[in-house]
Amino acid sequence: MDPTEIQQMIERGLPGAVVEVQDTTGGGDHFEALVVSDKFEGKGLVERHQVVYATLGDAMRARVHALQLKTLTPAQYQNRR
Amino acid sequence: MANALEQIKSAIAGNKIMIFMKGNRNFPQCGFSAATVQIFEQLGAPYETIDVLADPEVRDQVKAFSNWPTIPQVYIDGKFVGGCDIVRELYETGELQTMVKSATGSAAAH
Repeated sequence: MDPTEIQQMIERGLPGAVVEVQDTTGGGDHFEALVVSDKFEGKGLVERHQVVYATLGDAMRARVHALQLKTLTPAQYQNRR
Repeated sequence: MANALEQIKSAIAGNKIMIFMKGNRNFPQCGFSAATVQIFEQLGAPYETIDVLADPEVRDQVKAFSNWPTIPQVYIDGKFVGGCDIVRELYETGELQTMVKSATGSAAAH
């Protein structure tokens, strides 16, 4: 799977989100993503990750072996820079 | 089906820290499972593991039960905490130590 494909799926599911995806091994099944979205406000980490997983649907179960996730609200993202 | 689910539920209920992983603590079969148990080793916290590779039904059922698509999965005090990334993040912020301490009643190493 192409990292761009994952990025587009997350962006479609979370309009307005900042999404960066990297293929960590070059094998097309291990990825690392940074997702910044205001939809994460007031949500714990488990819920945030579930929101992202939901945008990937079956791809998450069938084609992605691992997706390392960093989920931030816009405010948290600003503080990090 | 019911058996695997019962096994999962009783493991979570019966252990303060329960880790569903690939392989076991001595021979983890995946880097994320390895990283997760390593954190609990560093904390010196007593934990139990189930190898999901040993039983495909447990592997499928735990994903459905937690509404979580990947392994490892960590439960503390009966509550789903998350996978490797979340455990690592909570460890870095010190929240994991607090959770472990209150679950096990013993002081965490860090």
